[in-house]
Amino acid sequence: MKKHIVILTLLFAPWAANAIEVFACEPEWAALVTELAGEHADIIVATTAAQDPHSLQAKPSLIAATRNADLLVCTGADLEVGWLPLLLRRAGNPDIQVGQPGHFMAADHVRKLEIPKSIDRSQGDIHPQGNPHVHLNPNNVSRIGKNLAERLAVVDPANATEYAARLQQFLDRWAIAIDDWELRGEALRGLRLAAHHRSFSYLADWLDLDIVATLEPKPGIPPSGAHLARLLETLSANPPAAVIRTPYANEKPSAWLSERLNIHSLLLPYTVHESGGPTDLFEVMDSTLTTLEEIAQ
Amino acid sequence: MYKQRLAFTFALTIMFVGTAHAQDLSGDVAELRQMLTQMRSDYESRIEDLERRLDRAERSARDATEIAEQTAIDLTAGASSPNTFNPAIGAVLVARYADIDANWEDIPGFIPLGELGPGKSGFSLGESELNLNASIDSRFFGNLTLALEEEDGSTEIAVEEAWIQTTGLSNGVTLRGGRYFSGIGYLNSFHRHADDFGDRPLPYQAFFGGQYVPDGAQLRWIAPSSLLLEFGAELDWRGGSTTSADAWTLFAKIGGDMGVSHGWQLGLSFLSADVLGRGGPDVGAPPAEVFSGDSDLTVFDFVWKWAPDGNSNVQNIKVQGEYFSRDESGTFLALPYDGDQDGWYLQGIWQFRQGWRLGYRHDEVDAENGAAFAGTILGDPGRSSSRDSLMLDWAPSEFSRFRLQFTEDRVLPISDNQLLLQYIMSLGAHGAHQF
Repeated sequence: MKKHIVILTLLFAPWAANAIEVFACEPEWAALVTELAGEHADIIVATTAAQDPHSLQAKPSLIAATRNADLLVCTGADLEVGWLPLLLRRAGNPDIQVGQPGHFMAADHVRKLEIPKSIDRSQGDIHPQGNPHVHLNPNNVSRIGKNLAERLAVVDPANATEYAARLQQFLDRWAIAIDDWELRGEALRGLRLAAHHRSFSYLADWLDLDIVATLEPKPGIPPSGAHLARLLETLSANPPAAVIRTPYANEKPSAWLSERLNIHSLLLPYTVHESGGPTDLFEVMDSTLTTLEEIAQ
Repeated sequence: MYKQRLAFTFALTIMFVGTAHAQDLSGDVAELRQMLTQMRSDYESRIEDLERRLDRAERSARDATEIAEQTAIDLTAGASSPNTFNPAIGAVLVARYADIDANWEDIPGFIPLGELGPGKSGFSLGESELNLNASIDSRFFGNLTLALEEEDGSTEIAVEEAWIQTTGLSNGVTLRGGRYFSGIGYLNSFHRHADDFGDRPLPYQAFFGGQYVPDGAQLRWIAPSSLLLEFGAELDWRGGSTTSADAWTLFAKIGGDMGVSHGWQLGLSFLSADVLGRGGPDVGAPPAEVFSGDSDLTVFDFVWKWAPDGNSNVQNIKVQGEYFSRDESGTFLALPYDGDQDGWYLQGIWQFRQGWRLGYRHDEVDAENGAAFAGTILGDPGRSSSRDSLMLDWAPSEFSRFRLQFTEDRVLPISDNQLLLQYIMSLGAHGAHQF
């Protein structure tokens, strides 16, 4: 009997809980919701740091999670275009559809970089609205945080004051941290890097890093041998300090190029990790800077 | 504060000068010089700090201006354009080269439905597909898929899908109406260009003529649980050759994750139809080779997917299988008829490096129709029809794919080795990553 109750509670947990259900597409937004909502939100994250948010599938577990969600917090700018629209159609949940308060797209609230001038697939798997990997510029996170706190207050008005207070606390800590990171960033100015995918454009823009090449010949197209050979040729005269990549990028192309150019191959944390990596947004930035500082010396 | 400090230093200097003895003078000057240097470096670092702050303020001011600008641009751009509300448009182009000797068009023991078989040898254009979809308003979503196919020299346009669906109902309920891919089984709800092999598995060909596409209504409900628990019911008024008017379907799906690396789904479906004149145009003119009567089909399906840490970019594995069992009773050739047919397939796909996949499939169907109808289309061949296929495909990007497939085909008494080369290209709107 007891066992049955446990199973039932597990199955129908969303009915019993009084915290709002948040469906976060990426770990960075789950971390931001945690900062702003604390235990007022039960969060389900669709991807881990090791998973590519471009290529996810509309898995059964995610269909179930979107059905139960009160608020959807995703990147937008077409990052989740392959699976989020499908989840929304399957969910039978009007609260999180496009245009509803429960539909929050982080990239809508910041200035996007690399907006393509012409929209054509010959340019790769491009995002018409611009590069969606916005969270590695902490100033973007502040802006998104302000908008997200307002949204939380709309979705869950009972705790509105709490969200406002937590936002202020977060912004205070975050501003101090930004000052520190920017001071540390002075030493990184102009650091030349090659990146696997255009995942670090906002970081580079913020810290004035110089990303001289991407291993993918076009965004979303896996690095080919020919393209890598060409990179080796053009970069060997003045090699960058390192090749950087996200945890979900294939390690081999980075290893191939860095070995031949005799430069570092760096795995940057990119986002919050479930285990064995940064556990909140502060640590993500700290650890990113520390890793870059090590090779900049 | 700085002024005060300066004044203080001045005062100090005067005091020192006033009271200094000659022999102490050089020591005092050195001390003064040191103090001045100290002050200068103090100022310099402060000024540097101020400059840095100013720079930062300027940068964020610039950001703010640019955001304001972009918002203004976003608000005005395209507002007057009449095509702003264009739906998502996608097209799929398919073609193949095949080497086939046994071009069968029906499976022994099964009344053929739709177009069956491996098709003809040589180069042929497949079904070119045009898809349009968009939100209709805040409550409905609509989808239209047209298939263009060449048959005997003339091009046919077929409405493959034309459905509307609710997005405004709550509590996990969705309603769909029109012509849609039934939720029966696993593979049925996929477009054929998304298949892992160049043709549908035998049970799909034998029982549905490739795909079950009702005209009617579908109701789905997802239970409020962390596992996916979904139930669906459909009514089919199409009354085509696949089933009949007033056929109904029930299905249930359960699925979830096991850790981050595994995803799975199980399904059980049931299709009940009162068939009227399956088998040809001679309805109402018995005794033709047509079947009329009750048809009950049960389908069990499963799919399991694996990727290291759930990151399917480089490597992943998919295993899927379905089992079909059909019980039919009624009349055939104006004689009482009671037959059972079943079929299954099992396939595994392994992506061993980015863009490259290797797959194997076994599919077979078997009819137990009794001895009475030997020599007719329902004649029991006393063996099952089966195939084994091996495929290798390469996808240079998410939107293009080339496939090579070998099949050992044992549908006819003599087995046939078949070769298939195929390309599948999607252009326009980004396709959906269906699980």
